[in-house]
Amino acid sequence: MITNDVVAHLANLSRIALTPEEIEKLTGELGVILDAINKVQEVATADVPATSHPIPLVNVFRPDVIGDTLSAEEALSGAPEHDGSRFKVSAILGEEQ
Amino acid sequence: MDYDRALELFEPVLGFEVHVELNTRTKMFSDAPNFFGGEPNTNVTPVDLGLPGTLPVVNEKAIHYSISLGLALGCSIRPSSRFARKNYFYPDLAKNYQISQYDEPIAYDGNVEVELSDGRLFQISIERAHMEEDAGKLTHVGGSTGRIQGAEYSLVDYNRAGVPLVEIVTNIIYGADRDAPELAKAYVSTIRDIVRSLGISDAKMERGNLRCDANISLRSRQSVADALAAGDPPPLGTRTETKNVNSLRSVERSIRYEIQRQAAILDAGGTIIQETRHWHEDTGVTSAGRPKSDADDYRYFPEPDLLPVEPSLELIESLRAALPEAPAIRRRRLREAWGFTELEFQDVVNSGLLVEIEETTAAGASPAQARKWWTGEIARLANAASVDASSLVSSIHVSELIGLIEAGELTDRLARQALEGVVAGEGSPIEVVASRGLAVVSDDGALIAAIDEALAAQPDVLEKIRDGKVQAAGAVIGAVMKAMKGTADAARVRELVLERAQQ
Repeated sequence: MITNDVVAHLANLSRIALTPEEIEKLTGELGVILDAINKVQEVATADVPATSHPIPLVNVFRPDVIGDTLSAEEALSGAPEHDGSRFKVSAILGEEQ
Repeated sequence: MDYDRALELFEPVLGFEVHVELNTRTKMFSDAPNFFGGEPNTNVTPVDLGLPGTLPVVNEKAIHYSISLGLALGCSIRPSSRFARKNYFYPDLAKNYQISQYDEPIAYDGNVEVELSDGRLFQISIERAHMEEDAGKLTHVGGSTGRIQGAEYSLVDYNRAGVPLVEIVTNIIYGADRDAPELAKAYVSTIRDIVRSLGISDAKMERGNLRCDANISLRSRQSVADALAAGDPPPLGTRTETKNVNSLRSVERSIRYEIQRQAAILDAGGTIIQETRHWHEDTGVTSAGRPKSDADDYRYFPEPDLLPVEPSLELIESLRAALPEAPAIRRRRLREAWGFTELEFQDVVNSGLLVEIEETTAAGASPAQARKWWTGEIARLANAASVDASSLVSSIHVSELIGLIEAGELTDRLARQALEGVVAGEGSPIEVVASRGLAVVSDDGALIAAIDEALAAQPDVLEKIRDGKVQAAGAVIGAVMKAMKGTADAARVRELVLERAQQ
């Protein structure tokens, strides 16, 4: 069940700033989507496995062989800020996961 | 609180998450070199930087390694497993999610047998071993002493981002009681031995190839007794998770510390906060890290960029057939092959030096010498430096050092000096011997001069030797060894002393 609180929580986790009006609007829209999915689930019986991919392929691998890499200059070329070799990001409150 | 008192009042309950970095040539999902170190942001591809439009592709070797590890842990291998996105905002990964596994880990339901120092065996039940990618390295700059709080900005190196990891998660461990710290160390040591014998990880804790997060909670013995009397399952206490534990000895020390810390709080009527704690090697304490919060909502969902992994039975069985022997069987075989006493062998196991001694003997040294040096001088140096012995010196170098001793080119005393040089990074034992001029003096001329001088200085000893009291020669030998500053071979000095005394 999608509520304003759920949307506000998800927005916070996703670092998206929403106004109360936007939260209200999205709560309604996401609710409609969820209802549609619930409708589909009604026909998905126990013998229908959950799917994560539309194409019925498995075991797509690559050999353990080294390929081309970027140079540090290339890697940093799109970064708003860097120190010449590393990406510079604002101080993060919190820790590695 | 005093450890004994803490154990009287409380029962520790444990759980471990051990991360193993696989030593494949390339990363988990990209063909960038799996090599951390070197110039920052050079072992990266657009996939590792999470650039738009890139597509991860699974490293087949990493799958094989993960299955082998799962089998070695006694796990079942899931016929079909999937990757999942673990969503969180932190710049150690550029994608805003980590590719991991969630409800379908590749390996599950295993068991690891761990041996304590007195030979008791302890079964640790494994919940799962799943595949994921490592994160980049952050350096916090500015603020107070570079710690996270107060940092002005952070610098990110993505060389480690995407390195293949297997995370091994235990079920809850009950009944360790006062052995909890030792059991923790023995468990991590066993995992290290397993991955090293499989050859799937360098497994160096000081380099972060092997990392242990230790979960621990306490519950009062009274509460357990009350619950059992009422026919209820005993409740669990609130747990903390200790990170940043970078050596086997720290695993043991940090658990011991955390038991004492939690016991003191609980006994004073306080409550334990569920949080991450950081171990500080230098001060031997843990400090509060991030509390569990709303942000720990990772919204896992199946990774749409990757397809299911469905290893064939033939593949699983061929990997099973290639497994090295189980740790317990291996220990029995090595004990017999090396001819150590029960006590000597237990000492080696407890020091976590089984692999080192095995490698050193494989490189040509005798087991007795290998044991002597690893559990003796090297362990002493490691202890003084608060690191694991294996991080100080390589098995190849130890074997080379022992070779020099056995060839009569080094005395034990010179070998200790050579070892110091190797540990200090001056090169291999042969190089250190050359650069420090440590070789045994085999030039009899210099020895004879020193012997004649010593004999002349001790005429009474000379008389005794001439009268056939050979044991008296010890005093002269000692004087000569001292004069030669330990660069002489004692056996040769003895020979020459007896010879010169008759002239």
